[in-house]
Amino acid sequence: MLELKDVNVSYGAIHAIHDASLTVQDGEIVSLIGANGAGKTTILHTITGLKEATSGSIRYNDLDLRATDASKLISYGIAHVPEGRHIFPGMTVLENLEMGAYSQGKNTELLEKNKALVFERFPRLKERYRQLAGTLSGGEQQMLAMGRALMGNPKILLLDEPSMGLSPLLVKEIFSIIKYCHEMGITILLVEQNAKMALGIADRAYVLETGNITISGDAKELLADERVKKAYLGQ
Amino acid sequence: MFKCGRSNRMKKIESKKVAYLLNFIAICIFFGILMILFKKEVFGSRTSYFQGICTTACYTIIMVASLNLLTGFMGEFSLGHAGFMSVGAFSSAILTNYLAESGIPSFVLFLMCLLVGGIAAGITGIAVGVPALRLRGDYLCIVTVAFAEIIRVAFCNFKITGGGKTMSGITRLSNFYWVFWVMVICVTIMYMYVRSRYGRTVMAIREDYIAASASGINVTYYKVLTFTISAFFAGIAGAIYAHYMTAIIPTNFNFNYSAEFLTEVIIGGTGSLTGSVIGAAFLSALPELMRQFSNYRMLAYSIVLVLVMIFKPSGIFGTYEFSLVRVINRLLGKSTTGSTASKKTVQEVE
Repeated sequence: MLELKDVNVSYGAIHAIHDASLTVQDGEIVSLIGANGAGKTTILHTITGLKEATSGSIRYNDLDLRATDASKLISYGIAHVPEGRHIFPGMTVLENLEMGAYSQGKNTELLEKNKALVFERFPRLKERYRQLAGTLSGGEQQMLAMGRALMGNPKILLLDEPSMGLSPLLVKEIFSIIKYCHEMGITILLVEQNAKMALGIADRAYVLETGNITISGDAKELLADERVKKAYLGQ
Repeated sequence: MFKCGRSNRMKKIESKKVAYLLNFIAICIFFGILMILFKKEVFGSRTSYFQGICTTACYTIIMVASLNLLTGFMGEFSLGHAGFMSVGAFSSAILTNYLAESGIPSFVLFLMCLLVGGIAAGITGIAVGVPALRLRGDYLCIVTVAFAEIIRVAFCNFKITGGGKTMSGITRLSNFYWVFWVMVICVTIMYMYVRSRYGRTVMAIREDYIAASASGINVTYYKVLTFTISAFFAGIAGAIYAHYMTAIIPTNFNFNYSAEFLTEVIIGGTGSLTGSVIGAAFLSALPELMRQFSNYRMLAYSIVLVLVMIFKPSGIFGTYEFSLVRVINRLLGKSTTGSTASKKTVQEVE
């Protein structure tokens, strides 16, 4: 279980996140939605330790994440797929995937097993495994970023705007992959701008507005909530 | 296709061994040719002059290859690499001056010098790297410039380093034959580092440090490690330099000297160690080969640089590594798809 309690984050004098609290239970899909600049990515970066919180507690089961280095997280089962598909453009698709299994050391058996799994789910990556990752299309790069995260055998996936800059058809594809990951037993924290899709897939959701979590609850209820409708769904 | 079966892997290791052996033989042949040329005095009275050029090329190659570890593989520019060379040169020179009368065989003393020079520079590398590598790009570059300046000014004022005067009378330990093999070993170690798990990790950091961190890579650790290794080899090059020149002065290791190495890295190709070898050898021999142009020598040098940058902006080699095995396979008409461990050859141009 991932739990944030009264987390505050500042960029210099700018107080970006105010007393944010959220929980993600094992086996859930939780969405965090909000407009540009609301602080969604900041919250994810704070969870992973790329950005330091000024106060509050962040725990994953018994682990204090505030005291844990970002690079250690994957070995505890937390995989982060950063915003904007941070892949390694100058490396081949296969090398990208292998980097995802970095934390497992030289466990080649597990590597081969995970590789087969990822290639089965992402046939496009299999077709292009020798191609440089930078030459893939946007959707393929997003698949690669997710495939790479899966190579680390995660228990929880932190997805940062996986639908960014993708065509509606590809967005659907990405969301079906998220569902598939969930069916494999992976807990998911999804940060999205595409509120409709994000709420449609999630069990629960949080709405973030200028650094404050203003609304939270069952995703289906939020989809019908007047305030959410007005602010994000344009209805 | 993706299963790396046992038999497949065995074959791979075997061909890797063969590749290393082939390259070793090629280097030996190249060394033999040079040795015969020098021993038979083919160049007549100019033999020692040519030997000098070759020695210069050798330590320049070590410098440029070590800088390429930072610039090409880690993606961080350093404009203070001469600072590490300076640390290596002075620390080893102090050691030799101290041990000059002790009667240690000169070969052992030479090895000790290299080690001391390398370790001193490596320690400096850690000291600079730990605070500086929190920075990236331009900012790190400025810090390295500052570091080299600090070293230069400090050595100009320390009594032990001659206090701004030339530190002369260092025993001449470097000769071409030893320096050649030191260069081969250094470049081979760097090549193995780049091709190892560590090297792959460092390249991942260059490509995208956030993704690298998300994949479980301790970015700072690997940056400092690579910085230190790079400094270590720069220190070795400095030790060779000191015992070849026999007189060193801190002001020689200035900004221009650092910039020269960076130029050679870029001309050779960032991210290609064979490119560094060839770039360094070519550019350190070029000014000598153009002696007949006398005053216009540096002008011609700049023209060469401009031409390379216009027609091949990624450097002579780009990120491509020259592979002897690949060339042989192609000559024999074999398919090159088998991932034969491509190993660079250190010989080529001197």
